[in-house]
Amino acid sequence: MAMPHDVPTAAQLIESVREWLEKDVLTSTTGRVQFHSRVAINVLAMVERELAMGGQQALDHAARLAILGMKDDAELATAIRNGDLDDRFQEVVDLVRASVLDKLAVANPSYALPTSND
Amino acid sequence: MQGYEEPCGLGEGVLESLLPCRKRGRVREHRGVSATVSPLEQLSEALRTELGAHAVTELARLSGGASRETWSFRADDRPLILQRQRKGDIRDMSVEARVVQAAFNAGVPVPELIANGSGDIGLAFMILSHVEGETIARKILRDEQFAGARSGLVAQSAHALAALHSIDATTITGLPSIDQVQQYRETLDNLNVALGQAHPTFELAFRWLERNRPTSTRTALVHGDFRLGNLMVGPDGLRAVLDWELAHIGDPIEDLGWLCVRAWRFGATQPVAGLGDYDTLIAEYEKASGLKVDREVVRWWEVLGTLKWGIMCMIQTSSHVLGMSRSHELAAIGRRVCENEYDLFLALDGKW
Repeated sequence: MAMPHDVPTAAQLIESVREWLEKDVLTSTTGRVQFHSRVAINVLAMVERELAMGGQQALDHAARLAILGMKDDAELATAIRNGDLDDRFQEVVDLVRASVLDKLAVANPSYALPTSND
Repeated sequence: MQGYEEPCGLGEGVLESLLPCRKRGRVREHRGVSATVSPLEQLSEALRTELGAHAVTELARLSGGASRETWSFRADDRPLILQRQRKGDIRDMSVEARVVQAAFNAGVPVPELIANGSGDIGLAFMILSHVEGETIARKILRDEQFAGARSGLVAQSAHALAALHSIDATTITGLPSIDQVQQYRETLDNLNVALGQAHPTFELAFRWLERNRPTSTRTALVHGDFRLGNLMVGPDGLRAVLDWELAHIGDPIEDLGWLCVRAWRFGATQPVAGLGDYDTLIAEYEKASGLKVDREVVRWWEVLGTLKWGIMCMIQTSSHVLGMSRSHELAAIGRRVCENEYDLFLALDGKW
C-alpha cells in the first residue's frame, strides 16, 4: 500500500531513537532509569522486528487458521474450548505453536533457541 | 531481554509480600522515602509498645505495594521483620500468621512468629524473626558462595514440602479452598474481554487440563508459591520458607508442579527450580512423606502452573493497557506472554 510519507521510514525513525538510547541514555544513567532505558531499547527493537517480519507473519497466520477452517483467533479459541477440535488436537497444537514461534521471533528471538531441546 | 527478569528480585530483600503476579515489573519504592517522619515515629512507637521493648531502631521499609508492606527493624538490638496489611488487601494476614505458626510447629524452616494482631501497627500485622540470607533467584543459581547450597536445595525443598504437607489443614481456620482451573478460567475470560483478544494456546492448555485432570487423592495445606524468590537461602542451604500469603487447602502436588514451572528456573536448564532433576525431587519427597508421587500428576500441575503464570503476565500488562499503571515495562510484559506459551507447549509435549 502506497504511503504519502517521506524518508525516514517508520522503522528507520524507531531505529534512530533506539540508537540514541543505546549510545547516550544507557551510558549516562544508572540504576532504575538505566534499567528502564534497557527495557525501552528492547521494546523498540521488538517493534523494528515486527515491522520487518509482520507482513509475512500475518499471511502465514491466516494460512494456518484456514487449514483449520477458522477466520481468526477468536473463532479458533472458541472451537478449542467447545471441544470441536478434540479429534485434531495434535494438529491444532502444531499449528498454534508455529504462530507462537512467530510471536517469539518478534518479541524475544533468543528465547526458543538455547534450550529448545531440553 | 534477560534484563526483564530483574524486577522479580532486584534489591527486594526479604519477605516480599506481594502476589507473584505483581512481582514482575512492579514499581519498587525506594527505602526510607515512602513515609514521612511522623508516621514512621508512630509506627516505631507502636512496635515498641507491642513488643514491650526499650527501643526500636533502624526501622526501614523493604518493599510494599498498595495493600501490604514489609519493614525491617531492631527491637532492643534483635533484628525483626514486620509485615503489615492495609485496607484493600483481599487476603487476611491473620490466616497467614496461623499458617506460619503451624509450619514452625511442624518443623518447616520458617521465620519465628514473634507477634501478630491488628491495631496501631496495621489493619493486620505479623512480626517475624529476621532470617539472614539471600532470596534473589539469579544469585542463588549463579553466585559462587551458594555453590554448596545448590547441591542440596532440591532435597531440602522436598523435605520442607513434605513437612508442610503433613500439617493438619483443618486446624487452621480461614484457609481458602478454590478450584484453580475454574479461578483462572474466569480470570482469562475477564482479561480477554477487557483486552479484546483471544488466546488459542491458553484454550489448548485449559482443554488439556480438563481432559487429563487427575483424581485428587489427597488434600493438604499447600504453600501456593513455593519457588526461588520465596526461599531464604544461605551458603549452607535452605534457611526459611517465606511468603505464605497464598497458602490454601488443595492437592499438595500443586507445590511440586509449581516448583518445576519453567519461569522459576530463571534461565537455568535444570527442571526443578533450575537446580535439580525430577527424580531427585520426587525421590526425596517420597522418602520424607512416605507417599508415592505420580509423575503425571506433577506434570498436570506444572502445565497449570505455567498457564497461571502466563495469565498473571496478562494481568500485569492489562494494568498498563487499561490505564491503572502506565509503564512501558508493563506494556512489554504483554509481548512476553508468548514465552510462556512456548513453555506451555514444552510442558504439554512432556519435554519436562
